[in-house]
This record gives sequence, C-alpha cells and structure tokens, in this order.
Amino acid sequence: MASVFLKIDSLTKNFGSFTALRDISLEVFEGEFVCFLGPSGCGKTTLLRAIAGLDIQTQGRVEQAGQDISVLPPSERDFGIVFQSYALFPNLSVNKNVAYGLESRRSKREEVDQRVSELLALVDLADQGKKYPSQLSGGQQQRVALARALATSPGLLLLDEPLSALDAKVRAHLRQEIKRLQKRLAVTTIMVTHDQEEALTMADRIVVMNHGVIEQIGTPEQIYATPASAFVAEFIGTMNFVSALATGSGTFTHAGGSLDVSADGLKESGQVRLAIRPEDIYLSQGTDTPRLNQVVGEVTAAEYLGAFVRISLAPEGWESTLQVDASTDRAAALGIKVGAPAYVELPPEKILVYPEAV
Amino acid sequence: MAVTPSSLSAPVRPLKPKASADDHVMRLFILMIGLYLVIALALPLYAMFSKSVFDSEGAFVGLSNYLEYFRTPALVYSIQNSLFIGVITTVITVSVAFVLAYGFTRSRMPGKPIFKTITMIPILMPSLLPGIALIYLFGRQGVVKWMLFGHDVYGPIGIIISEVFFTLPHALIIIVTALSIADARLYEAATALRAGPVRIFFTVTLPGVRYGLISAAFVVFTLAVTDFGAPKVIGGSFNVLATDIYKQVIGQQNFQMGAVVSVVLLIPAALAFFVDRLVQKKQVALLSARAVALEPKPNKRFDMIMMVYAIIVSIFILGILGMCQFAALFKFFPYNLSFSLKNYQFDLMDGGGWDSYFNSIEMATYAAVFGTIIVFYGAYLVEKGKGLGVIRGAFQFLAMLPMAVPGLVLGLAYIFFFNAPSNPLNVLYHTMTILVISTIVHFYTVAHLTASTALKQMDAQFESVAASLKQPFYRTFLRVTVPVCTPAILDISIYLFVNAMTTVSAVVFLYSPHTTLASVAVLNMDDAGDIAPAAAMGMMIFYTAAGVKILHYLLSRGIEARTQAWRISSAN
Ligand SMILES: Nc1ncnc2c1ncn2[C@@H]1O[C@H](COP(=O)(O)OP(=O)(O)O)[C@@H](O)[C@H]1O
Ligand SMILES: [Mg+2]
Repeated sequence: MASVFLKIDSLTKNFGSFTALRDISLEVFEGEFVCFLGPSGCGKTTLLRAIAGLDIQTQGRVEQAGQDISVLPPSERDFGIVFQSYALFPNLSVNKNVAYGLESRRSKREEVDQRVSELLALVDLADQGKKYPSQLSGGQQQRVALARALATSPGLLLLDEPLSALDAKVRAHLRQEIKRLQKRLAVTTIMVTHDQEEALTMADRIVVMNHGVIEQIGTPEQIYATPASAFVAEFIGTMNFVSALATGSGTFTHAGGSLDVSADGLKESGQVRLAIRPEDIYLSQGTDTPRLNQVVGEVTAAEYLGAFVRISLAPEGWESTLQVDASTDRAAALGIKVGAPAYVELPPEKILVYPEAV
Repeated sequence: MAVTPSSLSAPVRPLKPKASADDHVMRLFILMIGLYLVIALALPLYAMFSKSVFDSEGAFVGLSNYLEYFRTPALVYSIQNSLFIGVITTVITVSVAFVLAYGFTRSRMPGKPIFKTITMIPILMPSLLPGIALIYLFGRQGVVKWMLFGHDVYGPIGIIISEVFFTLPHALIIIVTALSIADARLYEAATALRAGPVRIFFTVTLPGVRYGLISAAFVVFTLAVTDFGAPKVIGGSFNVLATDIYKQVIGQQNFQMGAVVSVVLLIPAALAFFVDRLVQKKQVALLSARAVALEPKPNKRFDMIMMVYAIIVSIFILGILGMCQFAALFKFFPYNLSFSLKNYQFDLMDGGGWDSYFNSIEMATYAAVFGTIIVFYGAYLVEKGKGLGVIRGAFQFLAMLPMAVPGLVLGLAYIFFFNAPSNPLNVLYHTMTILVISTIVHFYTVAHLTASTALKQMDAQFESVAASLKQPFYRTFLRVTVPVCTPAILDISIYLFVNAMTTVSAVVFLYSPHTTLASVAVLNMDDAGDIAPAAAMGMMIFYTAAGVKILHYLLSRGIEARTQAWRISSAN
C-alpha cells in the first residue's frame, strides 16, 4: 500500500451553534482517488474547504505530506481546486486562465506557453486556447478548470461536485476522462459528490457521510456489498427493508412471516431492520412445499430495463412491496405478469441485519 | 479511542487560522479606509452631537439647548412646515412617477427612450435651479403667473413644485425597477383565470410593486425634507428645518442652535433610512425568484394615453429647464428680450466668478477619481477580506450611514470637527481637500451599494482559486475583479462626478474665497438678486453634468462592444 498522503484527525467544524462536521478522521493514500459521498447538506463541501484551508475547522488536525497544515492559509498549502461553478475568469482567454498560476516574475514566457499547450492537449482542448470561457460548452469549461487546477502540478487535487452542472451524457464521458487523467498523473484526488453512481464508478475508496459524520469508508465493492449502516445501505443502490424481531438463532419474525438469516457473528437482537438487494433475491418456480425464506406475492409492477426486469411484489402481510431483479429471459420463462402471483426466495446469506433506527 | 475527561468538559478554543501575507495587507487597507470613514463621518457627527449639549462658552448644559429650541415657536413651526412639504411632495411625486413608470413598463408608447431621457434631466441640476425657473414662470413678473390664480409662488407652492421636479427621477428609477421585475407568468395565470384588467391591476400589479412604492416614498420624503436648495431660493418666509440650520449658522452665527436643528433633522431622515433598508431586503427576496420578463402587448388607445401623459410630464421638465436657459440668454427677462451673454460674465458678480465653475470641475474630478478608488476598494475589502469580523461590520455600518445624514448636517458637523483649534486636521479647513473629502462621504452609500452589488454578482470562488494558485490578491483584483466590474466602476465615478457638480448643501459651509463652487455661486448670486446670472451658472452645471453623462454613455457602449466576447452569458 502507498504511504498516507493526507491525514485528518478528529476534525470538527461549527457554524455558530450548528455542528457541520463532528469528529471526522480519515486517511488518504498517495495517488488515491477518494470520493466524499453523501446527501446534500451533510458537510462534504465543508470538509473539502477545511482541507483546502478556505474555511478552517473549529477543532482537529490536518496533515499533508507529513506536515501539519491545520491552520495554514490556502496560499501556503499545496492543492489545486475545481468548483461546481468552475470559477473561470470570464475576462481572460482559456490560455490565460490555464496560465494564471504559472505566471510569476521568474517564469519564462515560452515555458509558460509550452506548459499551457501541454495541459490543453491533456484535456483535449488543444485548439480552444484563444476563446473566452463563455464561448465554450459546459463540459469544455469544466476541462479548462481542471487544466488550470493541474497547471502548477499540485500534490492534491480537490473537486467539488465538478460534474453536477452538466447534462447526463457529457457527465458520463467526463467521468472516464477525469479518472483517466487522474491515473495518468497519479495525483492524489478528493472529489465531492452526491451522486452514488459517480462515486462508485470513479473512486478507489468512498467516504460515505451523513449529518456531519462518516458512516463508512471503503472501496466501492465493500460499500455496495456490505454497507456498514442502514443509512449506507439505503443511500447506495436499491435496498429492500423489513422491520423484524430477533427470536434468536438467526430467525426473525416480521409482519408477514419469518425469515432466516445466516450472517456470521450475528449480534443484533430485539427490533431490527433486515435488508436485501433486489438482485440478491431469487425468482423461483412455485412449489407447494415451502422452501427456506420463500415468499409469494402478487406482482404489482414489472419494469423492463433492458437485460433485466425489476418486479414489484406485494406479499401478503408485508409492510411494503419487495423489489426483485430478474433476467428478462427468466421472468419470461416463469410467466411473470402484473396481477399474477410470483414466488421468490431470499437467500439467508444475502440478508443484512441493522439495528432499528431510534 | 479513549476520551479524556477534560476534552468533554472544558470549552474548547476554536483553532485560529494563520493569516497570510495577503490577509495582513488587506486588513491594513480596510483599517485605512475605515479610518477615513471614522475621521470624515463618525467623528464630525459626534462633534455635532456634543456641540448641541454645550453652550457658546463651551460649558456643558445638557438638554437646555433643546428646551430652548422647543420653546421658540418660530423654530418649532419649521418642523411642521418640513413635514408638510415632505408629505405633499411624496404623495404627488410617487403618484406622478407611478403612472409614468407604468407607461414605461406596461405600454408600447412611441418615443419611450426620449421620454426616459427627459425625465432623468433633474438629476443633472442643482436643486436651486427649478426654484429660479419658477421665479421667472410664476413670480411677481412671471410669464404664466395667471396659472396660480393669484397664489404666491414664494412659499409652499414653489417649494413643492421644485421638490416634485427634483425628486421625480429618483422615484421613477425605483418604481420602474419594481415594475420591471414583475413576473409575466403571474399575468398569464391571471388572464387565464379571466381576471379583468382592473382586477389584475389591484391583485397582481399593485401588490407586486408595493415594496418599490414604499421605498420610493421614503426616498422622496427624505430628499424633500432635507433639501436646502429649493426652500432657500423660493421659500420666501416659509421656514423649514434645512433653511433654519443655514440661517442659524450663517445668519446668526448660533452654532449650538444649528446643531440642535441638525439633530432634529436627522430624525426623520434616519427613520426613513431604516424603514427603507428593511423594505429593500424584502424587495431583494422578491427579485431573486426566477421571473419571466413581461412583454407589453400593443394597445393603441392605452399607448396613446400614456404617451400624452409622458408628453405632459416632459413639458413640465423641459419648461423649467428651458426657462432657465432663456432667462440666462436674454438681456433682462422678461422686459428686454434682446440676446446677450452678459449674464455669463460671472467675474463681474459676487459668488466667485468663472473660477467657481472651474473649481467645481476640479472638485468633481477629484471626488470621482479618489471616491471611486476608495469606495470600490473598500467594498471589495468588506466583501472579500477575511477576519476582523467586527471591524468589517462597523465598516459596513459606516458605509450605510451617509444616506441618513442630510448634506447640511454633514457640512455643519465638519465645521465643528475640522474647525476646532485643538484638531491638528484643521489645516484642511477651507481647502479643496475638505470639499472633496466631504463630497465623497456625502454620496458614499449609493456608490458603496453599487460596488457591493457588482462584487456580489461575481463568482465567490475567484479568490479561492487564485489563492490555490498562489497568486497575490492584488493580481486577481487588478486582472479580474476590476475588468469584470468596469461598468459598475464607471457608474460610481459618474454618480460621484454629477453629484459633486450639483450639490450645494454640505459644501455651503465649507468653501472658502479660493474654493468657491459653481453651485454655491448659484446660491450666492440668487441671494444677491442676480437671478439671471444664477440661472446661467446653474445651466453651466447642467451642461457639464449632461456632457459627462453622454461621455459615460459612449464610453459604456465602447466597453460593451469591446468586451462582449466574454460578457455574453455562459453558453452551456
Ligand atoms: N458558512 C456557513 N454558515 C453556516 N452554515 C453553513 C455554512 N456553510 C455550510 N453550512 C451548513 O453546513 C451544512 C453542510 O454544508 P455543506 O458542507 O455545504 O454540505 P454539502 O454536503 O451539500 O456540501 C449545511 O447544513 C449548511 O447549511
Ligand atoms: Mg456541497
């Protein structure tokens, strides 16, 4: 594993009596791409601004490349930043925007020009240098902002919702573009986003935040497969939830019956929430001899999403419908249609157990 | 992790950010400009307040000056007179301006740009000038004296006509703005619900502009109550607070009583100011909603009616303007109508001669140049600086304060502060410098608000980006902030120049024989009975202000053309 590049220790940020961040600790490794993911208002931007020194934390320590930078002003830190608005200087051409951080009394004109064309080529805008920002499309502006932030070869790249002002198609393209660039330059990067898909596709590791605290830190696979809390489970992807009561030895009873769970080291007791992803539910042939965790219900909706179908099931007695994903072929083979009953099985090893929210 | 007991109980001290070199420089500058506001505004006002509780020998007498004031019926009567002028002017101006603004925004009357230009003319004239025109029109030998049916123009009638003339553009600007932010979708919805035009007017139009109307009313009221020019020229024996201050100070040398009247005059002005600020906040909230601009539909009859109305208002304004010019150009209006330039031989009259005209231009240029730098840079530091929260708050307050201080009060406060023998700054007294200093402060608020608005419209992250790129703040200020804000900066400088040319109230207490100003010359020539030369000088001020305005217009057009490549809105 690479060495720790950025270390945040017990960071807290108050705005008056409001606590926007509470006791945040995390580490970012050299060359890593980390996403801060969470709903709007959870404190992602606040944390990013604290790391940048734009609005420093009330308490806590920030260390970059082994140096304590907790109270340093932004100008004494080492980072490049791209904002959601891009904040391109409107009266300067693309060339001048990118060169903004390069021009100082000592730098040579040709060297600056050289570096600017290098950067513009890097972001695929080699022939756009003479234009003004307002003459570019949103996606192009975004890339100019990226080139400007990378111009001084900062040790840390900070991106605050860099893609959220763009339309879906451009966004998908730029995701890959940014990721490719990041890998190529191996620059340690933190990106803030509220879009889980963005985080899942781009990040090496994701920091899931909620209400000013970290809910979970992990790779996209870890976050998706083993969400550490009901919040993470609900926020990432689609998840079915069932309120249930532990009766011991892995069996839980709920309004519509009972379910067996085989999670290792199960320690929850009393009132819990069981969770399972739609794609983990197995669409089965109906049999009269009930199998383990077999559930039957009327199909209330079937949404064709290309290769698979999302089926909504309303089992008798259940508090809410169950979302089930099945391949289109299988759903057709089993004659799934709205109004007819369908049988599903909930594999015990796929059911997650969370304490009931208080 | 173990939690130590102390970290639970002891209140933790927040981290203190380390200030960068930029932060230090910016703090130094904000302290400097803040110091300017303290010396040029706060301390003089303080000196005036304290003067009002001392007697002429310098002994503390508490409120006895005030008691004396309220025991003098002639003085107290002025309060009533001032309120009377204020209220009547407000009612007339706001009504006239509302109908006109309605025509400008809701009709397709022909000639709109011409009428809009004409109705802005009064801003370019000293408030003394309409009074002079009224003397020629309705005075003892007035050309259309019959129109007053035997009433005397000297007194409330003359003052009110002058004030309506003088305040009309101010009300018009506010109400037109309020009407133009109306949301077209509301009108479409109302029409779809089959509401008639009258119903729409009362349920959609009026509620939509209520804050604009309130704001306009307070601005007009304040201007009318605190104006000194009109009552001085055409008030006759009708005394108001503003003329009382002048008479107490210049006539009777009773500075203590002048201070007392000033404090009394501050009350309505300050009150109007705070109500206006309150209302403005609500108006802004209305503005921020995303509205669709209203495009008036052609309606021949309505458009004609509105045009006729605009013509009538224009005749009123051009009549007053034209009267002054005629009077200035004839040998002895209305008796000898041969053309002559003798009224322009200012050097033969009291009031400072042509020198005062050139002094005015010099003063207005200084005020525009230095005022724009101070105001814009000050607003920038308040908006973008870090730390010194308390000082920035105080700065903001001081920047808003001049709006609530009538010019005469400011001028008198300067006498008390800068003329005090113990004050080392008294070397400034009677210099051009003090005229410039007082003028910048006098018109600080509007200029500051213009700058703040422009700065707030810029992306708040420019400075963050620049800091991350390790660029000093002044580089971004000069390369980005100033170019992007150039239109606002031009507006500020023109505003300061025009007002410096036309103002008379603050400077009337501060000029010296070497620094007479054109506006003061108008006042003094009128006082001496040289009314035609006064009109001539007043028109010189008008032409100069108008010329500068035209220059501003051309310059703005040029800049617009040169920068439109990057000023067009984002092409997303
Ligand atoms: N300058 C500020 N003053 C007061 N509250 C703030 C300030 N900045 C952010 N907040 C509050 O802190 C919380 C977190 O904000 P932010 O970090 O911007 O959220 P997000 O996760 O959407 O980026 C929000 O509730 C926001 O209202
Ligand atoms: Mg945010």
